Parts: sequence; C-alpha cells; structure tokens
Amino acid sequence: MAGEQRQQEETFTFAPIEQQLEDWGGARQSEELLTLNFGPHHPATHGVLRLVVTLQGEVVVSVKPLIGYVHTGIEKTAEDKSYWKAIPVIERMDYLSYFFNAMAYCGAVEKLLELEVPKRAQYLRVIHLELNRLMSHLVWLGTSALDLGAISIFWYCFRERESILDLFEFSTGQRMHTRYIQVGGVIEDIPRGFDKKLRKFLKEMPRRADQYAELLSANEIVLRRLRGTCPLGAERLLELGVTGPLLRAAGVPWDLRKAMPYSSYEDFDFKIPVGTVGDNYDRYAVRHAELYESVKIIEQALEGLPEGPHITTDRKVALPPRHELATSMEALIHHFKLVTEGFRVPEGEAYFAIESPRGELGCFVRSDGSSKPARVHMRDPSFVNLQALSDMVKGSYIADMIAAVAMLDPVLGGIDR
Amino acid sequence: MAVGPEELRTPSGLRITRSSPRQMLRGGSVEGPTPGAHPDLEGRVPAHLAHEQRLSGEQLERYVEERVLTTTLKKAVAWARGNSFFPATFGLACCAIEMMSIVAARVDVARFGFEAFRASPRQADLIILSGRVSIKMAPIIRRIYDQMLEPKWAISMGACCSSMGVFNNYALVPADHFLPIDVHVPGCPPRPEALMHGILRLRDMVLENPPPGWRERYGALGTEELTNTEEAQESPSIEVFRGGA
Amino acid sequence: MDGAALLLLANELKADPAVGEEGVIGAEFRHNEPLLEVKPAVIRAVLERLAEKGFRFLSSLHGVDYYPEEPRLGVHYQLLDMLRRDRVGVKVRVPTSDPHVPSVTPRWPTANHQEREVYDMFGVIFDGHPDLRRILMPEDYEGHPQRRDFPIGGEPVLFTYNDTPNLGTPE
Repeated sequence: MAGEQRQQEETFTFAPIEQQLEDWGGARQSEELLTLNFGPHHPATHGVLRLVVTLQGEVVVSVKPLIGYVHTGIEKTAEDKSYWKAIPVIERMDYLSYFFNAMAYCGAVEKLLELEVPKRAQYLRVIHLELNRLMSHLVWLGTSALDLGAISIFWYCFRERESILDLFEFSTGQRMHTRYIQVGGVIEDIPRGFDKKLRKFLKEMPRRADQYAELLSANEIVLRRLRGTCPLGAERLLELGVTGPLLRAAGVPWDLRKAMPYSSYEDFDFKIPVGTVGDNYDRYAVRHAELYESVKIIEQALEGLPEGPHITTDRKVALPPRHELATSMEALIHHFKLVTEGFRVPEGEAYFAIESPRGELGCFVRSDGSSKPARVHMRDPSFVNLQALSDMVKGSYIADMIAAVAMLDPVLGGIDR
Repeated sequence: MAVGPEELRTPSGLRITRSSPRQMLRGGSVEGPTPGAHPDLEGRVPAHLAHEQRLSGEQLERYVEERVLTTTLKKAVAWARGNSFFPATFGLACCAIEMMSIVAARVDVARFGFEAFRASPRQADLIILSGRVSIKMAPIIRRIYDQMLEPKWAISMGACCSSMGVFNNYALVPADHFLPIDVHVPGCPPRPEALMHGILRLRDMVLENPPPGWRERYGALGTEELTNTEEAQESPSIEVFRGGA
Repeated sequence: MDGAALLLLANELKADPAVGEEGVIGAEFRHNEPLLEVKPAVIRAVLERLAEKGFRFLSSLHGVDYYPEEPRLGVHYQLLDMLRRDRVGVKVRVPTSDPHVPSVTPRWPTANHQEREVYDMFGVIFDGHPDLRRILMPEDYEGHPQRRDFPIGGEPVLFTYNDTPNLGTPE
C-alpha cells in the first residue's frame, strides 16, 4: 500500500518552469480573448457610456460602444411646445454647451422665418458662445486630467469655471441652461458692470491657461500617455463624419466659424489651432490652444460691441419690452399671443450648423405652419464622433483607450438626447 | 522658579508653567512649583500634576467634566456615519456637472467629510442620482443600489429624477418608482449650494435618527428579490447584464 | 448654392443613367435651403454622383415623420462640400407599409449610428446596413417613439396627497 502510493508520487512531476511558461504564453496568448464590460456606471466613461471591450491580454481587439442610457426624448418633447418654449428643453441636450444648442436651434428657426438678427444681439451671442466654449474646454481638461491621474488640474479648471458661471449668472440669471439665446436675438441686454467683470476675467484667463500648459504640456507622464497613442488619419475621420477638434488635430483646418461664418464671426480675427499627427496629444493641444483663441474673440467682441436692440424689433416674434405694455394696446396683444400660443413659422425645412466645442452641431427644424415645431433634430457632434472610437483604439492598450475616450470628449447628453 | 518666557493659560483659566517632561514624570522638580501651592491656581489642579494628587469632591467633578464625554452608542455611531458619507460616483447628466462643482474648491464638500467619492458601490453608502433616469438606465441603477451595503441612503438631485422634471415623456422614470429616496433636491440643475444643503439635511436626518436597514425604513419588508430562482433568471432586468448587448 | 444651381444639379442627376428621369422627384429652394427629393431606390447613386461633384462629407442623416401626409416617413441626408463650402440636402420618403431604404453605410461609414437611430425612432429599415438594431431605446422596446402618432407618455406628478407610503416617504 505504501509502496503504491510512493510510486504514484514519483510519477507526478512538474515540467520545468521555462517549459510551462512557453506552453502557456505560446498557445494561450493568441487564442484567449476577454470580453470586458465597461458598464454605464464607471468613473472613466464621462457619463453613462457603455463599452464592450474585447481584449487580448491588455491590447484592445475591438470596442463596441452602447448608448441610450440617458435618452430623454428631448426631440419629441420639443414637438409638444411652442417654438420659443422649446428652447429650454433643447438646451438640455449637450449639457456642457447649452448656449450652442440654443444657438443652433434659433438659427434654424430664424432661417425659416427669414429674420434679421440685430448686430448687437449677434455680438452678445458670440460673447456668450465663446465663454461657453471656454467653460466646456475647462470641464473637459479637468475631467480628462483626472482620468490620466493629474488630479489637481480638476480643481484649477473648476476654479476658472466658477468665474465663468458667475459671469453667466450676472448676465442671464442662471449658471447652467440659461435660456439666454432666443429666436431673434438674446433675451436681455447685459447689465451694467458686466463688461468690467468680463475684462477682469479675460485678463486672468490666458495666465491660467499658461498654468495648465506648464503643468501638463511638457509633463513626461502626459507625453508618455498621450504622444503617439490612438492616432487616426484625416481620411478615415472624414469618412466617419468626425468634425471639431478631433478633425483639426489630424491636420484638417475645418472650422465652421471660419469656413461658413454665422452670427458675425467674420468680424473677428482669430486663428484655428491645427494639429499634425492626430494622436491623443494633438487633440489635447488643439483644445488647449482654443482656450487662448476664445479669449481673443471675446475681447474683440467686447471692444466692438455696437449699440442697438438686443432682440429683433419684430413684435410678432419677440416679446415687447415691459414698459410698453402699460401704454400700447398692440404691445399687449402681441405679448398675449406670444406667451399663450407663440409665433407661427411658415412651412419649410431648414438645417443650420454651428461649431460647438465638440464639432459641427447642426439643427434641423421642420415646420408645418403652426406654432409648434413639427420636427426638431440635433445633429450632435459627439454622437457622430463616437463612431471613431473603435478605429482609434484598435490595437492599443486599455489604458490608452481610457485616454482616447477622454480626448474624444463625449457628452452623453448630446449622444443620447 | 523656572518660568519660561511665554506663559500659557488653559481655557479654564489655569496658568501653566513650563516644566520639562522629566520633571512632569517625576512629579515636580526641586525648583518647580509645589503641587497645589501656586497662588494663581486658586485650588484648581494643573493637568500635568493631577495624577499626583487624589481628587475629591468638587475638584474631582470639575476634572471629569472637563475631560470626559458621555453619550449613547447609537448616537456616537450615527455621528460617525453622518459625518462621513462615502458618495458613489454616479453622474448621469447635467446635474452631474454641478455635483462635480461641490467637489471643487468653491463649495467644498471636503469641509464636511464627504470628499471620498468611491467608484465601487460596495464601498459607498450614499448614491446621489444626479440627472435624468431613462428607462434603459433604471434597472442598472437599481442593481447598483442593491450592491451597496447597509446602511445606505439615496439623494435624488434635480427635478428630473425627483419628479419627471422638464421632460414628462416616454423615456424617463422618476427615481421614486424604483428606489427609496431620502432627500429630494429641487432645481434644474440645483446650485451646488442647494445640493450641499440637501446633503446636510440628510446628515441631520442620520444624526438624529440612526436608521435600520432601508426595508424597515420604507416598509418594504417582503420585497426581497432572489436572483437564483427560475423566474428571476428570465427577468429582463437580469438579462441586461448577461451578455445581452 | 442658389435656386438656379440647384435646378442645374437636379437636371444633371436626371440625365445620369443610374438615377434616371423618375429618380429625382423634386428640387426646392426655400428659405435659402437647397433640398432635392429623390426616390428611395436611387439614393445610393444620387449620393455617389454628389460626392463626385465635391459633396464628399455626409454631415447628417435624420428622419422626419410627415404624418398625416403620405408617404409618411422621410429620411434626410445633409451633404457638405468642404472645398467650395457649400451644403445640399437630399430627402427620400417612404410609406409605413413598405419602409425600406437602401443603406448608405458601406460608402459613408458615418451613417452607421445615424441610420440605426432613424430605425429606432421611426421604423425605417435600411437594407444593407451591417448591424441594424435599436440604439437609443432598450433592445426589446416596442414601437417607434418619434412617430407623430406615438403618445408622448409621461407620468402624473407625484404630490404628497397622492403619494403612497411605500413610495419613498420615511414612515
């Protein structure tokens, strides 16, 4: 009995460790794929984005984005409200660029109405749009740096963001989702003291952007993680419909503010930062450089702010000023009609596109002659840019995929609407 | 008598004279003050000499009052729980940006002890639903809430999850329909100060009324779900997580 | 692009054998917006010819419900010419009884998610799409929400007086 047992023990030997490693590494590495679910609840997905990633070791073989976890049916809700009452609803789509959502929608409606927007209103719109662009890029920078591990940048960026939100609160009354841009202009003129506060902010902002550059742009860890990772060429990006800083990072100088200017952008002198390689570092550098350009635009708009009405004088579209309601019967009737029913828009279909911080934000409005839109659709840039993710990260490490999602700057509110 | 250049006073008015640790251990130095004999002491005993003396009567009472705190275990635990919520990182939509603002420097949530946002629901005890809850996301949020350990609380931030908010339509679910919510914070989005107020109200609720498990709190005993039964396996909410893409 | 250029474009497309006379139903230029309407069967050929003319970037692909006019479901394609900085729109309309449109995804990969969204929201089936599934609504959802006869839905607002105790009010 003991002898048998000993026999069994003797015949049970392990192969030498090198042999084992070879067996394991050689055979398994090429076959075994792991499918990982980056669920909708994940700290690094910038919102409720679900990614199903197929990995071979740590190398990404394919990634499938699944969306719809914050779908709110905004486009259908907007069909239920009159044209100007739909603005607050539409602003809540891409929740970091709410002025842009309202601008695209108002631009499409103004196209249908063939309405002329006063010059002062256009300049005020530009000031607020560029402030919003700054704010969106600051949130992007803060959260992306957080993903990469540079945690303090989050606090610095949000400190600047608080200054911008103070400016928004000063001029519009709300920090986010301000319903400031209305059909025909802006809802209110800027208060006294706004330009002083804005000038103070504009003096500080470039210095703060320099601070971020000092901390990040030549930082070895940032360079190692972003330089050369997840590049995608311009040809493929154009096929995928990508616009915005992603396309500019790949070398294509396409910016709707310069190419097809709207709302007096042709009056301002600014540059478009363009990258060369199209990797993660260029995407970061392009957005960082846009911070300076936005400051320039706001300065010029503030200097050249013309006098005039802040909204169209067409009383059939815009509310009359309150003091007129006490004296003029017509004004009262217009006010009543606008608040209860809203203005009617002639039949037609229009598509109006602007340059939002993420790319081309287009708004399609179809009107059937009534006072409610028959169809509102936002061509959201993040929705289309997300299709580039799988091409970007094929063959790179999973850590690079995190950086790529951060540099893609997806805002799930816009993707899901 | 070795009196240093600075003379210190305790909050109760005792003047403490500096003496070296060795002197304190030995219980007074040859040159130091004799216990209880200093004219300023007026009968009270300095802290570093008290162990030398037996106290009694009023001196003893005062001594104990100044140093010992009594409470019940429940209150102490509630105090600890309420002052150290670990919120789960759970941002859905616009309100999430304002929730990030409370972590930022202006409205600093670290002042109150809540800055440790945990990514894993197993380590978190507070879920702040910030943003609109769509029908696709609701079972996932429920799953995350179930993964959190007792005691746990939920704050519904913003109008969209408290009621339907700005969007009363087919795609959204108010959070009350699938989660027991402790505090609703109104606003669209609520200011960071408003959210902070909501969290502090929750803290007050926890401090005064230490909670049993949420099923007792909300009368939901008997609603436990078992995931290893036949019907449960076919339920669509479980299907979402089993490879169904 | 102005009205005259749009008409010329429409005529060129009609003359093209792949599109044909009946392929182009109409061309309208209203409110500064050039829009061509074509038959669903020739949409791929039309987009290909437009790409050859320079409109190589497909900006947007979206659906519209023209209820109660027939044919009810429309799909709009917005094309952009980056060199000449010009836009043109193409639309097709299909009835709900036969909502099939050839998919343009093989030639324009950007249409992938956008066609899935039109399928999800309106029920237009794109033939030739590599992976036509619902994208925004849950996989097993029934109905096409953005059709105009789909009810908007919603819940009655919960006030305290109609709030039942188990729904979230402590004790």
